[in-house]
Amino acid sequence: MTEPLLRVIDLKTHFRTKASWMFGEKQLIKAVDGVSFDIAPGEVLSLVGESGCGKSTVGRTLTHLEQATSGRALFEGRDFLVMSPNEFRPLRREIQMIFQDPFASLNPRLKIEQTLGEPLFIHGLCKTWDEARAKIAVMLETVGMDPLVMKRHPHEFSGGQRQRIGIARVMILKPKLVIADEAVSALDVSIQAQVLNLLKKLQQDSGVSMLFISHDLGVVRHISDQVAVMHEGKIVEIGRKRQIFEAPQHEYTRKLLESIPRVKIGKEVA
Amino acid sequence: MALLEVQDLEIAVRTKGKLLPVVQGVSFDVDDNETLGIVGESGCGKSLTALAIMGLLGGTTVRITGGNIRFDGMDLLTLSDGERRSIMGNRMAMIFQEPMTSLNPVYRIGDQIIENIRQHQKMTNAQARDRAVELLSLVRIPNPSERVDSFPHQMSGGQRQRVMIAMALSCDPKLLIADEPTTALDVTVQKEVLDLMADLQTRMGTAIVLISHDLGVISETCDKVAVMYRGRVVEAAATENLFAELAHPYTRGLLNSIPVVDSDVDWLEAIPGRVPTLEEELTGCAFHPRCALVTKLCATSVPQETEYKPGHSVRCHFSGKVAP
Ligand SMILES: Nc1ncnc2c1ncn2[C@@H]1O[C@H](COP(=O)(O)OP(=O)(O)OP(=O)(O)O)[C@@H](O)[C@H]1O
Ligand SMILES: Nc1ncnc2c1ncn2[C@@H]1O[C@H](COP(=O)(O)OP(=O)(O)O)[C@@H](O)[C@H]1O
Ligand code: SF4
Ligand SMILES: [Mg+2]
Ligand SMILES: [Mg+2]
Repeated sequence: MTEPLLRVIDLKTHFRTKASWMFGEKQLIKAVDGVSFDIAPGEVLSLVGESGCGKSTVGRTLTHLEQATSGRALFEGRDFLVMSPNEFRPLRREIQMIFQDPFASLNPRLKIEQTLGEPLFIHGLCKTWDEARAKIAVMLETVGMDPLVMKRHPHEFSGGQRQRIGIARVMILKPKLVIADEAVSALDVSIQAQVLNLLKKLQQDSGVSMLFISHDLGVVRHISDQVAVMHEGKIVEIGRKRQIFEAPQHEYTRKLLESIPRVKIGKEVA
Repeated sequence: MALLEVQDLEIAVRTKGKLLPVVQGVSFDVDDNETLGIVGESGCGKSLTALAIMGLLGGTTVRITGGNIRFDGMDLLTLSDGERRSIMGNRMAMIFQEPMTSLNPVYRIGDQIIENIRQHQKMTNAQARDRAVELLSLVRIPNPSERVDSFPHQMSGGQRQRVMIAMALSCDPKLLIADEPTTALDVTVQKEVLDLMADLQTRMGTAIVLISHDLGVISETCDKVAVMYRGRVVEAAATENLFAELAHPYTRGLLNSIPVVDSDVDWLEAIPGRVPTLEEELTGCAFHPRCALVTKLCATSVPQETEYKPGHSVRCHFSGKVAP
């Protein structure tokens, strides 16, 4: 077997809430409570589960947005959870995150070319703005946008277009691992299908590995190689996609699959 | 005559001095014990249609500009405010997508249900409280006689949505309008809430309008369906008949866009382009910029509603010529 790109071993992220009159005594929330998985180069692993089960916290811990309580996470064999911010900096380009609405956290006054271009300079991927613009133009075309949009501002775009730009912003840095947290969840289904196809195509063409976080089992089936089902901070079942969807072993996985409303097609007309 | 009859409903929105149509020529009816599903992507006019029926389109920016809404034989659009208020919340009730925004966070849920009951029915406080507990148990809140004193934040999302249903049912409505009632909920909780609504309908014969963007939810819970695209009903039929033969290119595109859990496909058949914004002026069929079957006629002339099969109507110049 090939060496995994990412290996997560018994990861725990616990939060201690403050005492308050409303919620009573302080509590220990075991948001992530002993999670282990591997992602091979070029593969997509999905984390799926219901609200509050700890999916996002896994992603946030792996990008140093939360502090791990214990456990290890190896990227190309090196434990990066224990790295200082300085040591981690070079990895920031290689591990990129896509959010539900990537523009919600961005400066609305910046043009698209600034938003996409500045990280190129920060990570030393280009030296002049001409070089940067050339790269941005190619990337925008790759995600199905007119390169001219680089002169425009975020508010001028629809949700689907914003997510395309968000994907461009990540892929232009040529990361090795993309963590996508509910990246298509806010989109209408006809747009979601476009963006999902795009994400899958880019992933296959570039060979980037992906940790795909989603609550939607249909979306997960479409994009994954491996699936991990989370429940209350733990992975209750993990396996190849086929196995999870066609021969689920854990009761909770079965319950999730059974709960999904399905379209009944082609019934006999009475 | 059906319990609710909506006929040629027109709604317009005033923006930047212009009056833009957002709902155009929408017609449907719903009978006792029947569930109508309204499905479509965001912005197509589902919520505005619901609010129009409930008489909640106040103000000057959004206005009903045409059509009729009849409920139990009464013309809702010509009622006085007082008459309408007595119908609202008494014989018609609505549930919204986000229960947290419709529950008041600083009052106990029991008090909110009690207030709602006493607005419409003559009851003492103690009687109303008993009724509130009964309603909470009806919507399967565990330990209802204790939970009646809970605050909204002490309940889960699914429980809050069930409290909203309890509140909506507090006056035995004949018509329940549920606007994306389960969109904010987890799938397992969604199933419980939908099962609960179906169960209550069986027991009380309520007519339900269920608004959703999820074709799966619609397929599993509705007797009949209206598919909306940019303010118009583009296809309508009994649920079985609709999914047996999707006659409108948009409905088919919507179904093909869904990544399903029961099989693998390499690529989804996405509909190209996007839903035009309100401000974008469009001639002809509103779907023509995205439609694979588009012809010159589609770009210039608005397709009328035609009968594709008995009880199955479609707004498309080439209804029925959709590739299977
Ligand atoms: N900074 C924090 N402080 C305290 N508790 C937190 C914090 N972040 C997350 N939690 C809690 O940890 C648990 C897991 O949260 P997380 O956001 O990872 O869930 P999720 O699986 O991503 O859910 P969703 O599908 O709703 O996004 C929840 O109970 C949440 O309330
Ligand atoms: N109060 C309002 N003022 C102006 N425009 C509105 C208002 N409410 C809704 N709209 C617009 O009307 C259209 C239909 O809205 P809505 O009925 O809420 O859609 P849906 O519920 O199908 O997502 C959208 O373009 C929306 O932006
Ligand atoms: S009228 Fe024309 S553009 Fe509209 S749905 Fe039918 S074929 Fe497509
Ligand atoms: Mg999350
Ligand atoms: Mg709505």
